[in-house]
Amino acid sequence: MKKTLISICAAGLLLTAGCKKDSEFLDVQSPQVLTNEQAFSEPAQVLSIMADLYNRQVDFSGLDNGWESFADFSESFPSANGNTNIVQRNEWNFTDWSIWDYNYIRDLNLFIERATVAKALSNADKTRFLAEARFLRANFYFETAKRMGGVPLILESLLYNSSGDPSYLQYPRAKESEIYDFVINEAEAIKGSLPINANEKSRATKGAVLAMEARAALYAGSIAKYGGNTPQVSLPGQEVGIPASMANGYYTKALNAAKEIINGSAGTYSLYNKKPDLGENFASIFLDKSGNTESIWVEDFKLKSGKVHGFTVATQPRYGAEEEEGGRINPSLNLVESFEKLDNTFAPIAVTDAGGNPIYYNNLSDVFAGRDARLYGTVILPGSTFKDRRVDIWAGYKLADGTIVTGDDRGAQKKLPGQTNSTQVVGFDGPVNSKEFTAQSGFYLRKYVDPTPGAGSRGTNSEVPFIRYRYAEVLLNAAEAAFELGQKGDAATYMNQVRARAGLTTPLTAADITFDRIVHERRVELAFEGHIFYDLKRWRLAHVVWDGNKMTPADLVSNIGAATKRNTQPYGLWSYKLYDPASANNGKWSFQIVLPSLVTGSNRFRLGNYYSAINNDIIANNPRIVRQPNQ
Amino acid sequence: MKIFISYILLVTIIIMTGCRKDNYDGPTVKLSGHIVYKGTPVEVEYNQVKFELYQDGFGKTGPMASTFQPDGSYELLLFNGDYKFIIPNGQGPFKWKQTTAGAPDTTIIQVKGSQEFDIEVTPYYMVRNVQLTASGGKVMGKFSLEKIITDASARDIENVSLYINKTQFVSGADNVASESIKGSDITDLNNVNLSVTVPTANTTQGYVFARIGVKIAGVEDRIFSAVTKISL
Repeated sequence: MKKTLISICAAGLLLTAGCKKDSEFLDVQSPQVLTNEQAFSEPAQVLSIMADLYNRQVDFSGLDNGWESFADFSESFPSANGNTNIVQRNEWNFTDWSIWDYNYIRDLNLFIERATVAKALSNADKTRFLAEARFLRANFYFETAKRMGGVPLILESLLYNSSGDPSYLQYPRAKESEIYDFVINEAEAIKGSLPINANEKSRATKGAVLAMEARAALYAGSIAKYGGNTPQVSLPGQEVGIPASMANGYYTKALNAAKEIINGSAGTYSLYNKKPDLGENFASIFLDKSGNTESIWVEDFKLKSGKVHGFTVATQPRYGAEEEEGGRINPSLNLVESFEKLDNTFAPIAVTDAGGNPIYYNNLSDVFAGRDARLYGTVILPGSTFKDRRVDIWAGYKLADGTIVTGDDRGAQKKLPGQTNSTQVVGFDGPVNSKEFTAQSGFYLRKYVDPTPGAGSRGTNSEVPFIRYRYAEVLLNAAEAAFELGQKGDAATYMNQVRARAGLTTPLTAADITFDRIVHERRVELAFEGHIFYDLKRWRLAHVVWDGNKMTPADLVSNIGAATKRNTQPYGLWSYKLYDPASANNGKWSFQIVLPSLVTGSNRFRLGNYYSAINNDIIANNPRIVRQPNQ
Repeated sequence: MKIFISYILLVTIIIMTGCRKDNYDGPTVKLSGHIVYKGTPVEVEYNQVKFELYQDGFGKTGPMASTFQPDGSYELLLFNGDYKFIIPNGQGPFKWKQTTAGAPDTTIIQVKGSQEFDIEVTPYYMVRNVQLTASGGKVMGKFSLEKIITDASARDIENVSLYINKTQFVSGADNVASESIKGSDITDLNNVNLSVTVPTANTTQGYVFARIGVKIAGVEDRIFSAVTKISL
């Protein structure tokens, strides 16, 4: 009886306890998902959301999106067996470099909408977060416009109403100029809401916003001005192409934005000048993380945090590397020879004298002497050092009769004539044709390659930041904008600052500043920073420089410094030591211009490559999207 | 063991019968032809001149895109039906009819069984009377150029090149040697001469392929002469 009573009581309890309303019963707060209100409840929480949005920015060449993104365009040779297609294909696909990330844009729009209505944030925090998100959105639209031209400009989160008719969500492409106008106007609108702090590198600052504005306006100006050279690269609705009449307006905006950084109103930025050796100094711009006054906005990395990159693992000199790999980027002779001599003239690397006889040098590095210090800072030359250790780049011995003795492996040994013992006949860094990781062009990359111990090992990696905007580029942007506006004197002043830092102390005069000078200066200063591709596109020079014709050695050494110089195949420079005990030149070095044997293709940039293809699925889903021209 | 075998049998049967049921027959109707100007094929570069075929009525709209062969031919396997054919703007060394709005105009092709369908275009120039000969380690080209479009949209010749290659793919991208003459240096369009030295490394083959390519100012694709095999 007692038992029955207890059972009944228990059952009753169960029933009454179970008798919640159904809606209440199911309405449980998920322990894994934050509501908007919770997510925007305190600054640290919002910052972590912001960090994700920062992480999703896209760079053309990024230290964490593959070394290949640095290796194209005949500026370098890819010394990795899996990537030889870079120098074996004859053209780029229309879909290359295509980008269409409206998920990211939606997340940015949602962030802006939610942060705007957040109640718990202080006004100061809210203002800064909103400005940062708008900066990221503008910078991403800028990156998209560089590749795709005008795209739908979506500035609010869109919601499908499940009505079966999604046509109200189909936005047409904006004009190309409208995207650039948006970027410029956003920059003007938010620059006052961001901190003025030259030491803040990884988050948006006034300096970063102005640098973006200057670059965007300059791009728009040059597309307007030089678009006339390729009238086919345009669309009737101006989704691609900007009218020439708008050029001066954009150049003026670019110059003003750059001036605002230069005059210090966005923080005290200056050219990096810490080291007495100018070449070392230039290399340090990209390595120094403490008090670097030159970088304006970077993608930062931190050891042991999970956000590190293996760029040094991929590109460190192979001899003495911390892993059994490295050396993948071999800068081409095309680039190396374009670094000026200290008297501001262009000259090929002196390999032969006027009579066609080889010139013999005492030291390997002598042949590069007396040039722009940026050459040393960008490229590891034969005979120079990395991590205080001499790189071992030399191609072999040359005998008195011109025969070459070399090996097909790193540091191979062979007997020289008249000797009894084998001796090393090729460098441990090569160059050996088709031997990956050796310096197949005769050079290794120095820019961004981190000499810190451990940076070249897979378990540690590197924390060197990728510089997205830096002061020298701002100066060059100012120089170009001033030049295009006819203010050549100002252009010379801006450019000479950058050049003086590289050891080119004889200033250029206003009369020296030509379009070719502007093109050249950006190529050597900003090599391997993801600029050459966008620069040649906006000047409409890409189809001229990468015209698909093969290069001869005669092409290579002529017209250095000309903006329209063909650059379709990466050449190399190989060094040979003379073995001729009877000769006064015995043991001295001669050089030979070679085309690495893997190079069989020649780069051809077709008119349809100027703006990357929009995927057919996107067009099928939204018939209002017009196709890119010439594809 | 018996059970095991019967499982294998079962699975095999399922796989074999499944194959028959699920799959449709592939397209078998052949549509082929050339791009022609008054019956003469227009020769172009390999894999560069694109055309697009559309078929409406299947949900997604997207082109079936392909490129013309160097001799101007094309070949497609299709199903019977109505297709729309266009050559996109900016493709080919010729003019393709346009709508008044400037979009490439459509040619409707009804496919009912295999057929030949030539595409008539108006090239800016044609390479005529080509004589390619070899002697003394050189390939000589003698030809004339006919200006076809002479109205307001006429275009000048930027340059003319003679290309040779070891394979049948001969163009600016695929060649072992080439020689060019600027359009402004041509005095007589009816008598143009170019010669190119055959690189010594390539003479062991005993023959080369040669063709002439004309670059027209403001047009990306070159117009070519027919690929000719020349014994050395």
